Amino acid sequence: MAEFNTNPEIVQQENLVYKRTDLLTEKALSYCPGCGHGTAHRIIMEVIEEMEIQSKTIGIAPVGCSVLAYEFMNIDMQQAAHGRAPALATAVKRLFPEKFVFTYQGDGDLAAIGTAETIHSCNRGENIVIIFINNGIYGMTGGQMAPTTLPGMKSSTSPYGRDVATMGNPLRITELVAQLPGTIFVTRQAVHTPSAVRKAKKAVRKAFENQKLNKGLSFIEIVSNCNSGWKMTPLQSNEWMVDNMFPYYPLGDIKDSEKA
Amino acid sequence: MKELRLMKGNEAFAEAAIRAGADGYFGYPITPQSEVMEYLMAQKTSERTGMIVLQAESEIAAINMVYGGASCGKRVLTSSSSPGISLKQEGISYIAGAELPCLILNVVRGGPGLGTIQPSQSDYFQSTKGGGHGDYRLIVLAPSSVQEMADFAGLGFELAFKYRNPVLILSDGAIGQMMEKVWLDVQKPRFTEEEIIKNTPWATTGKTPDRERNIITSLDLDSLKMEQHNRALQAKYRIIEQEEIRYEKFNCEDADYAFIAYGTSARICQKAIQLAAGQGINVGLMRPITLFPFPKKVVAEMTSHVKGILVVEMSAGQMVEDVQLATQGRVKVEHFGRVGGIIPSPIEVVEALKKQIIGG
Repeated sequence: MAEFNTNPEIVQQENLVYKRTDLLTEKALSYCPGCGHGTAHRIIMEVIEEMEIQSKTIGIAPVGCSVLAYEFMNIDMQQAAHGRAPALATAVKRLFPEKFVFTYQGDGDLAAIGTAETIHSCNRGENIVIIFINNGIYGMTGGQMAPTTLPGMKSSTSPYGRDVATMGNPLRITELVAQLPGTIFVTRQAVHTPSAVRKAKKAVRKAFENQKLNKGLSFIEIVSNCNSGWKMTPLQSNEWMVDNMFPYYPLGDIKDSEKA
Repeated sequence: MKELRLMKGNEAFAEAAIRAGADGYFGYPITPQSEVMEYLMAQKTSERTGMIVLQAESEIAAINMVYGGASCGKRVLTSSSSPGISLKQEGISYIAGAELPCLILNVVRGGPGLGTIQPSQSDYFQSTKGGGHGDYRLIVLAPSSVQEMADFAGLGFELAFKYRNPVLILSDGAIGQMMEKVWLDVQKPRFTEEEIIKNTPWATTGKTPDRERNIITSLDLDSLKMEQHNRALQAKYRIIEQEEIRYEKFNCEDADYAFIAYGTSARICQKAIQLAAGQGINVGLMRPITLFPFPKKVVAEMTSHVKGILVVEMSAGQMVEDVQLATQGRVKVEHFGRVGGIIPSPIEVVEALKKQIIGG
């Protein structure tokens, strides 16, 4: 993988208005151009940098497109088996209560194979942060149907579109975990526009602040695009996401125990 | 000062794990080993030593909690019985691949499938040949008494950290359920965070400015690197084979025949030796304590002075294959066992020796 080359003759220190956080490594992201993962990585690492908790943070990324997250996030990380990140996070946080622990999971991981771990870590109210990237498809394995694939949506294992009669309905797992007493803050965000990124970052910050105050589990879904899996250009995929994903997965806070 | 107690095997293991300075136990109920978690919960370990005990939503979650805890350099363990251990195999493969220390207890019951809740030794292949996917080995200790259930908790942690490798204690329903007197070690302190950072510098404790980030993974998409990793694992297993073989010999000096048996079967063979002596048959016992590494050389040496070997297992014949490999056909090797949760009687074992080895 290539490394970024920041030419000092072009980027003058005095002209610098924005800088990539040091908590992202020099390694070029392995995600497809146009994918939302990179932005999601960035806002999490910015929050950890701003809170000055790098030395206390342990991240866990299981199987999926983000399986190589440890290549990009400059923090201690554990790579979990498919679906099991909340189990690892549970143990890490119980054994190191003073650390900050988060998982970074995709839809197939969190809402299909790892459903039990998701529900039970939320129900126990583990004092962790779960970041859930929902792009409605299995990206890493080449575009198969996910638990969150929309009705009628085509994938390599639903080539004629998702038929809910035989393939089941898309799972709104975020609404489901919001029902559980162990979750303190449950929200659905996106990272497709600057304003959405700002809101999503605010939610991530709030989630880590909740953990700092031992409040319980914060769950952040980020609805994202998968231009490769959806077979669209990045721009088309974002437009399609707004028109099709957002109506089924509406953005905004679903549960905020502080406000209640 | 050691302490003398009368305990069940499962309870002795749990108490010994606390005293070995365990940081966390993660389990799921299954007969015949549920006493492990019941005992730990009753002990209020979080008050006693600060040890975390958590009932997970499944055996899969439990072994992955062990993975997370082991990644932090903590002393963590789980226990289960055969069907539950099958569920844990993916996680065990990850733990072996990521080279993490942990302790796993299997209180074996008869299978296949849901099988029975009665004792068995039918998980030998699964325990010693890998179990999950990929080329890996566990260090496998086979207790044959309540005392060893206790002793192997401490020894298991020691070996797990020495080699950064999961250690499996392969017990069975009889050893887990029976009560015997047991001498318990004094309480060892749990690791402090400073000790973890010093002794296990690879552990995920939070990246500090003085070091690179620590990554726990079993993944490498570069096959050449993955081949190197596999070769390193195999080199480690060869060292374990050289350094860690444990076994016990009983009445073997001038015996004409030998039993080879572990765990509960070894206890039955000890009684069978007495019964056989009464009939003028001089038979000894070699009891492997480590099943991986298997005491191959010890078995090979036995072929120079015994006429035949009866491998007694509560299975359809699993360890017998390792004995046959080690003896290279130099003496007669036969298997005798009962399956499906039946424990053979010493009389049956003596009859099998006479029929299959002496008369056969």
